[in-house]
Amino acid sequence: MTSLGRLLFGSAMATLAMAQAASAETKLNALFMSQAAYSEADIKAMTEKFEAANPGVSVDLEFVPYEALHDKIVAASGAGDDGYDVVLFDVIWPAEFATRGFLTDVTDRIPADYTEQVFDGAWTTVEYGGKRYGMPWILDTKYLFYNEEILSKAGISAPPKTWNELADQARTIKAKGVLEYPLVWSWSQSEAMICDFTTLTAANNGKFFEEGAPVFTVGGAKDAVSFMKATLDEGLTNPASREYFEEDVRRVFSNGEAAFALNWTYMNALANDPAESKVAGKVKVAPAPGVDGKSVASSVNGSMGLGIPSNSPHADEAWAYISFLTQKEIQEDYSKLSLPIWKASYDNPKVTEGQEDLIAAAKQSISVMYPRPLVPSYTEVSDILQKNIHEVLLGQADVDAALAAASDRVKRIR
Amino acid sequence: MRRSLLQSVLLYACVVLVALFTAGPLLWLVTMSISAPTDLTEVPLRWIPSEVDFSRYQTLLDLNDGSGERFLSALRNSILTAGGATLLALLLAVPAAYSFSRRNASMVLLFAFLATIMMPPITYILPLYSTFSSLGMLNKTLTLIVVYTAMLLPFATWLMKSNIDVLPIEVEQAAFMEGASTAYTIREVVLPLALPAIAATAMLSFLVAWDEFFYALIFTNDLSAKTLPVAIADFSAGRVTDYGVIATVGVMATLPPAILAICFQKFIVSGLVAGSVKG
Amino acid sequence: MLGRRQLREKWFLLAPAMAVLALITLMPLANTFWLSFTDTRISALPTPTHFIGLENYIYALTDPDFQDALFRTLYFTVVSVGLEGVIGVAIAVLLNQQFKGRTLLRALIILPWAVPTIVNAVAWRLIYHPDYGALNSMLYQLGFISDYRSWIGDPMTAMHMVILADMWKNFPLVAYVALAALQTVPGDLLKAAAVEGASPWKRFWSITLPWIAGPLMVVMVLRTIEAFRVFDIVYVMTGGGPADSTKTASFYVYQEYFNYLRSGSGASYAVLVAGISAVMILGYYAAARRQSQGGAA
Repeated sequence: MTSLGRLLFGSAMATLAMAQAASAETKLNALFMSQAAYSEADIKAMTEKFEAANPGVSVDLEFVPYEALHDKIVAASGAGDDGYDVVLFDVIWPAEFATRGFLTDVTDRIPADYTEQVFDGAWTTVEYGGKRYGMPWILDTKYLFYNEEILSKAGISAPPKTWNELADQARTIKAKGVLEYPLVWSWSQSEAMICDFTTLTAANNGKFFEEGAPVFTVGGAKDAVSFMKATLDEGLTNPASREYFEEDVRRVFSNGEAAFALNWTYMNALANDPAESKVAGKVKVAPAPGVDGKSVASSVNGSMGLGIPSNSPHADEAWAYISFLTQKEIQEDYSKLSLPIWKASYDNPKVTEGQEDLIAAAKQSISVMYPRPLVPSYTEVSDILQKNIHEVLLGQADVDAALAAASDRVKRIR
Repeated sequence: MRRSLLQSVLLYACVVLVALFTAGPLLWLVTMSISAPTDLTEVPLRWIPSEVDFSRYQTLLDLNDGSGERFLSALRNSILTAGGATLLALLLAVPAAYSFSRRNASMVLLFAFLATIMMPPITYILPLYSTFSSLGMLNKTLTLIVVYTAMLLPFATWLMKSNIDVLPIEVEQAAFMEGASTAYTIREVVLPLALPAIAATAMLSFLVAWDEFFYALIFTNDLSAKTLPVAIADFSAGRVTDYGVIATVGVMATLPPAILAICFQKFIVSGLVAGSVKG
Repeated sequence: MLGRRQLREKWFLLAPAMAVLALITLMPLANTFWLSFTDTRISALPTPTHFIGLENYIYALTDPDFQDALFRTLYFTVVSVGLEGVIGVAIAVLLNQQFKGRTLLRALIILPWAVPTIVNAVAWRLIYHPDYGALNSMLYQLGFISDYRSWIGDPMTAMHMVILADMWKNFPLVAYVALAALQTVPGDLLKAAAVEGASPWKRFWSITLPWIAGPLMVVMVLRTIEAFRVFDIVYVMTGGGPADSTKTASFYVYQEYFNYLRSGSGASYAVLVAGISAVMILGYYAAARRQSQGGAA
């Protein structure tokens, strides 16, 4: 082909491509989960607004249970063009997804001034190895919920500031016969238990890994497990906690059968809703306590982000959609079920109104959000910890032996 | 034979015990589906609902309601998927079974058929996912039908084979003498005789396909192909979980196969067994 | 004797079924087999894979957790299928008697079988619920327990609770097959034995049971295959807990593939599960042949 021919051919192709882009409707496949902090209806409404503002782009929404989210992202990674364009991912996955090349590096797409405007804890949700693999969207952590009425019945005037104080108050409540088991947790063999364990570890200034080697056998992490076990032994923690998930915690607490519970943001609205709860109006929320001399509050990073799978053929449109969902105004409009990632939103009356104590707690909790181990093999590390800690809680192994076994097993990960 | 009084008492005690064991969990499922949500969190439980509440059924059967639409389309997909796969599996299994039974196809091959279902189904998911996505066949009822057919074939073939084994071969030989083709003989001679076996195989296959969860979970994305087990997982995953709703979906998902099973009861009995009574 | 035409027909009749199996299951099966000798991982990046011989198998078989899982699965299979067999046959014998309401009971018995596994798992999870479960409430009101207790949260009982739920769904199939077989037992054979003074128990063991053994085997093989690869009911009911006490071998396969993204090692776990299953089925087959030869003599 002559150079003139090549030029003609090239421009013809370019025109053709542009014409196609202009006429063809871009369809995005987006994957969400049904238990997301935002309700399905909210996400649908946000998406309709996006479609209205972006003619030519439409979004197919898919909602799956949390348990299926990871499986579907993994399966679709081998799907070529036919996979997802936008996926919701959990804070514990970016390390793995980045190492396996499942997610697109979007560091350069994020405006520089966002770094300051969004909480650091939110950024941890999407970062690995100094790069960003999406935008944080659901900023979530576990708060301490307490039943004010039960506390006052036991003559307690202020909520606990430390975990030891919490145990003391629980003893008082139990001793006065107000409740048989003042504490309820989600300690089934699941990620939910690891979140509570992480909160307690953070309170005790513990560490999971140091220079790639497990160090959870000593210090704060060990103290955390010992504390969990002690509350069971003393009869302060409801023994059924060992098979509870977050929903069970909410139900027990909403039935007035517990004085204290650790749970995600979503419980605040539901435990105060008379249709869902027998203790509506008596529920207060505070940051999870700290430990004397070590911390004033504690919390676990349970946030989620939105990213673009590396096999998406529509990365630009996908990014536009992600930017739309994560923008400040949209997040403020839907802030009753999930709090925004933007620092400025926490002083906006639209967000704070009606949930002042949650916002006050959030400001403190978010600043101390502690991440679960940021390692590519996190899922396996978590499974190993779950099994061994559960053995402690069930009285099958003592704390030292179980954590040592977990550490040995973690070192054998291939 | 006459029974003594003691024997009668024992017999009826057993009958009651078996009936309770079988019906108990089912009755409880139905009760949960019509109880008020607060009845279900009483301690100890309130066994008889304080008021009978059919509203959950109404919601599920209302096409204009979000969850009704979700349930009804899943019901449609499940019927199409399980029905289609059963039909296709039988269509392929009958000739294969005839070949094993009457044309001396090797038993090793039959065992190889069976070996494919001994593998944990999870291993097939990723390779099949890539294959179907490159064909643009994900999220389609047809895809599930094909996959389920492969899943049902081995056992269907084996069950049909052991049933054809005991059919009197003389009738077929007579047909061949008169110059009938094999296809004609299978259709006109073997099939009518093997009808109970076919009904039993169909019932068994239908239930296995109706049951399948994991392939459907990974291969389908929306209302157009999601089957009932996936829909049930969706229903029980939401944050605000009313046990009654889960029970209602459970009852409704059980009804179609239950009706089929009761209707085909007689066939199942004779079909499941005819094949194997050869001593 | 097979003529040439019939020989051709043999393959012609098998062809459609084999084609579907080859495309849908045999290709992935062969691929899985190959993967099990490599260190393949699931990744969107180009990653080299190496042939590593038996390393995956050695790792799997020397992993105490996986060994536990294999024994646990074997336990599940033996107890669950065994109970289904015993209870199924017992109920079939009952249903074969004359009594009022027999037709109704026969129809009732088939219902649990129609309950989808997912529904079954969710329903029993609610029944076993530590606070609002029907089991606790019933035992408490009947005075069998003085306090509500944990059923699937207690490692001592969890596996048995899963087995109970699985058995409840699957015993009808066995009962139905056994019932059908019972109806073919020749009455004069039993009568003759009775005349010779054999007790009912002896008649059952020496005449009835051998007679129905053949049909029972078909269904026991099916149930054994299904039980040994059990996954769904565990996934929904307990997620493998408490403290791994219900984590079955298939659960490990699932974890290796979908959670840890090691398809090579996951494949080796799967091949082991299938291999053990095959050995068990061949065992049944051998036993059945010995029996039918012994019985015929």
